[in-house]
Amino acid sequence: MNSNARQRRTPPRRHTSAEDRVLPESRASLWVLAAGPATWALHFLLAYVTAAIWCAKAAWPADTGRLHALLWSYTVVALAVIAWFGWRGLRRHRWGRETLPHDAPSAGDRHRFLGFATFLLCGLSFVAVLYSAMAIALAGGCIG
Amino acid sequence: MSTPAHPHRDPAAERLHRAWQAPTGWRYWSAVNNSIVGRWYTGAAIAFFLFAGVLALLMRVQLAFPENGFLHADTYNQMFTLHGSVMMFLFAVPIFEAFSILVLPSVLGARDLPFPRLSAFGFWCFLIGGVFACGSIFFDAAPKDGWFMYPPLSTQYTEGYGADVWLLGLSFIEVASIAAAVELIVGVLKTRPPGMRINLMPLYAWYILVVGAMILFAFPPLIAGDIMFELQRMADWPFFDAARGGDPLLWQHLFWIFGHPEVYIIFLPAIALAAMIVPTFARRPIVGYSWIVLAAVGTGFLSFGLWVHHMFTTGLPNLSLAFFSAASEAVALPTGVQIFALLATVLAGRLVRSVPMLFVLGALAIFVLGGLTGVMVALAPFDFQAHDTYFVVAHLHYVLIGGMVFPVIAGTYYYYPLVIGRKLSDRLGKWAFWLMFAGFNIAFMPMHASGLMGMPRRVYTYHAGQGFDLLNLVSTVGAFVLAAGFAVLLYDAVRTALREGHSERDPWRGGTLEWLGEIPSQSWNLRSIPVVHSRYPLWEQPGLMADVDAGRYYLPDAEEGKRETIITSPVDAAPEQCLRVPGPTFLTLWAAVFTGGAFIFPVFHQYVAAGVSGALAVVVILAWLWTGTARIPEKPEKAVGLDTTLPLYASGSKSVGWWAMFITMIGDMAAYASIVFGYFYFWTIHDDFPPADGGGPGIAWPVFALLAGLCAWGAALLARNLNRDDRGGLFHAAAVAAVVLAVASGTALLLAPASSGMVPTAHVYPAVVWLLCGWTAAHVAVGTLMLLYCIARRLAGRMTARHDIDIHNVVLFWHFVAIKLVVTIGTVAGFPLLA
Repeated sequence: MNSNARQRRTPPRRHTSAEDRVLPESRASLWVLAAGPATWALHFLLAYVTAAIWCAKAAWPADTGRLHALLWSYTVVALAVIAWFGWRGLRRHRWGRETLPHDAPSAGDRHRFLGFATFLLCGLSFVAVLYSAMAIALAGGCIG
Repeated sequence: MSTPAHPHRDPAAERLHRAWQAPTGWRYWSAVNNSIVGRWYTGAAIAFFLFAGVLALLMRVQLAFPENGFLHADTYNQMFTLHGSVMMFLFAVPIFEAFSILVLPSVLGARDLPFPRLSAFGFWCFLIGGVFACGSIFFDAAPKDGWFMYPPLSTQYTEGYGADVWLLGLSFIEVASIAAAVELIVGVLKTRPPGMRINLMPLYAWYILVVGAMILFAFPPLIAGDIMFELQRMADWPFFDAARGGDPLLWQHLFWIFGHPEVYIIFLPAIALAAMIVPTFARRPIVGYSWIVLAAVGTGFLSFGLWVHHMFTTGLPNLSLAFFSAASEAVALPTGVQIFALLATVLAGRLVRSVPMLFVLGALAIFVLGGLTGVMVALAPFDFQAHDTYFVVAHLHYVLIGGMVFPVIAGTYYYYPLVIGRKLSDRLGKWAFWLMFAGFNIAFMPMHASGLMGMPRRVYTYHAGQGFDLLNLVSTVGAFVLAAGFAVLLYDAVRTALREGHSERDPWRGGTLEWLGEIPSQSWNLRSIPVVHSRYPLWEQPGLMADVDAGRYYLPDAEEGKRETIITSPVDAAPEQCLRVPGPTFLTLWAAVFTGGAFIFPVFHQYVAAGVSGALAVVVILAWLWTGTARIPEKPEKAVGLDTTLPLYASGSKSVGWWAMFITMIGDMAAYASIVFGYFYFWTIHDDFPPADGGGPGIAWPVFALLAGLCAWGAALLARNLNRDDRGGLFHAAAVAAVVLAVASGTALLLAPASSGMVPTAHVYPAVVWLLCGWTAAHVAVGTLMLLYCIARRLAGRMTARHDIDIHNVVLFWHFVAIKLVVTIGTVAGFPLLA
C-alpha cells in the first residue's frame, strides 16, 4: 500500500475547533429557538382567553376600558420578553469572529447559527405581537 | 422492488446484505425496513389520491350543466365529503409521512429510522382505516356532512353510519399519523450522521422536525373532539347538543384547532421538497438557510393562531375575530420569506432546466395566487361576504394544489431515480406539466368569479340563468384537462417502473446525502455511514463517495448479522450509541388488524367484538414490546469503525425509546388539554356551570384519587431508583405498591362521578366531568399495565440494574399521569369551589 492510499484509509473525522472549548453555553439545546414564538403563542392565547371570558362573563361587557388595560399590559410584557430573548440570540450570533452563513462544522458556528435563528424568530414574534396589538387598538370590544 | 440479490465479493458487504435483506415470498409482507414500508405507504397514499380525484371529476360532471341529473343529491354529498376527507386525511398528510419514511434515512445517511416496526404498524393502520373509509361509498354508507362533520347536522339530521365511518375510520388513521410523527422527530434528532450538527442539517430535516411537532399539537384536539362526538352519537352524551347544555361550536373549535395547522402540516413538507430541489438545479447552496429555518419554525407556531378564521361568521366577539385576523395576516410573513429565499436561490444560481424545476416554479406561481386570496379572506369583513361560496373553494385549491400537489409532483420527478432507479421522461413531463398547469387554472380561476357572484359551496346543482352556467362548464373542462396531465404522469410512471436498466448514480448532481447511495439502491442504504462537514457534502467533501463505498466510515460491517445504525446527539450529532433496529415481523400487521377491529366494530354497534379485538391488540402489542424492544445485547459495546467504540444499550434520556415516549406524551397532553378546554369553554357559555346547587363529584373521592395516584407515581419513581441500585426485592415491593395505589386511584376517579349520581346523558356538565375522570383513569390503567410489565421484565431477567430502559420510560409516562391527576382533580373538584 503506497503512502497516498494509506492517507485515504482514514477519512476526515468530526471537526472541532479551538473555540469549541470556550463556548459560552452550559449545554447545547434547541429549546431557545422556541422562546420567541412561544412567547407570542402565550400572549395570543392569554389575550384571546381574556377577551372571550370578559365578553361572556363581565357584568358590563361594553365597558372595555379595564379589558384593554389588561391586554395592553400583556402586550408590553410579551414585547419585552421577546426583545430580551432576541437580544440574547443576537449576542450568540455575534460571538467570536466568524460571520454568516454559519455553515462551518464546528460547535462555534452551530452556537452562532442557533443565536441567529433565535434572533430572527424573535423578530418575527415581535412583529406578530404588534399585529395582535393592532387588533387591540382597532377592534374595540365584544360586539361590532 | 426489493434489493437485487447480487453476490458481494467483499465478505463485510455480504454480511451487511444478509442482515438487511428483505424477506421473500409471502413473508415479504412482514418487512419493516423503511425503504419497503415507505414504498407501500407512498403507493397507498397515491392510490387514495387517485380515488379522491375520480370523485372530483364525477362532481365536476354533475356541475357542468345547470339542473343536471348525473348524480343524486345524496350521492353528491357523500362524494364531496369523501373527496375532502380522503384528500386531507389519506393523501395530503400521509404522503409526506410516507415519503419521509422512504427518504429521510437516505437524507440523513442512516440505515433506517429508529422504530421501523412503528412505521410498519402506522402503515397497516393507515391502509385498513383508509380502505374502510373509502369503501363505504360503494355501500351508499359514506359520510355526507362535509369533511368537517359539523353538528348538529351530523348528530341530529343525518341518518346512517356515515358519521361513524368518518369519526372512527379517520381517528384510527390519526393514530397512524401520530406514530409517524414520533418516528420522524426522533429520526431527525437522533439518527443524523456524525458531524451533521444542527446548522448543517438539510432543510428537509428541519421541515420534518417542525411538521412532526405540529402534528403532535394539531391532531390530538381532533382526537379529543372525535371522542366527544362518538360518545354523543353512541352513548348520547350531549357535548354538542344545545338543549342539554352542549354547544356545536365547541366541535368547530376543536376541529379547526386541528384543521388550520393541518394546512401548514401539508404545505411545509412540500416547501421542504422545493428547498431540496431548487439548490440542485440552481447549482448553488440555498440562499438564506437561517431565514428558511426561521420561516419553518415561525410558520409552525403562527399557524396555530389562525383557526377561528374558519369561524368568522359564527358570532364570536369582535375582538376575538381581530386577533385571529391579525395572526392570519402575520403568517404571510414567514410564508413569503420562504418563497423569496427560493426565488433568490434560482436567481443567484445558474438554473438548469428540468421537469422538477418546472413544477416547482409552477407551484410558486399558483401558491402565490392562493396566498393572496388567503390574505383577502383573512379579513373578517371580506370573509363575511365570501364565506361558504366558491371563492373559498378556489382559494383553498390554489393553496393546496400550488402549495402541495405541484411540489409533490416535482418531488416525484426528482426522487423517481432514487426510489425506482430510473428517471421519468422529460418530454412527457413537459406535457404533464402544461396540461396540469393550464387545466388547473382553467378549472379553478372561474370559481373566484362564480363565488363572488354568489354560488354557494357544496350544492349538487344550480338553476340556469344565474350567471353560473358558463363558468361551471369551463371549470369542468379544466378539471378534465388537469386529469389528463395526471394520466400522462401515471402512464410515464408505470412505463418507467417496468423498463429495464437504471440511471447513473446521483443523476441530478445533487449535493445532499440522499444522492450518495447506489442506484438501484441497496437495502442497507450506504456501505458505511459518513462523517459530514458541510450542508452539501457531495459538493464540498471531495472523495466522499469513494470513502463511503470503500467502507472507510462507520458501521461498514454487520459482524453479528444484526441491523444497526448510529445514534447521535440531537444538537451536535456526536456519536452516542450503536442502535440495533428490529427486523421483519408480522406482529405489527396483527397489531394493526386488531386495533382496526377496535375502531371499526363500534361503527356497527358490535361492542363485544370491538372489546375482544381491542384486548387482542393489547396482547399483540405487549408481545411486540416483549420480544422486540429493550433487548439486552450480548456485549456492552462494539467497535463501529474509525477507532470508535459505542455502547449497544442506552437508557433514560439517551435512549431513543425515552424520546419516543416523551414526544408521544406531549401529543397525549394536547388531547387532554383539549378536553380541559372543553370544560372551561362550557363554563364561559353558561351562567350556572358548574351548577351552584351542587351535583358535582364532591371532594372526598377526587382527593383520595389524587393522593393515591401521586403516591403511585412516587412509588414508581422509587422502584426505578431501587432497580438502578439492583435491589430486586425492594424494587418489586415498590412496583407492587405502585400498582395497588394506581388501581385505587383509578377506581376512585370513576367512583367520584358515579357515587355522586352524575348521569352523563342528562346534561353536558356531568358528561364533561365523566370524560375528564374517565380519560385520567384510562391513563392510570395504562400506567398500571406498564408497571406490571416492568415487574415481569425484571422477573424474566429482561430488565436489570444496568439495562433499565423499560422502567425509565414507564416513570416518564407516570410524570405525565401525575400532571393529569392534579389538573383533573383541580378542575372537577377544585374549580366548583372557586366558581
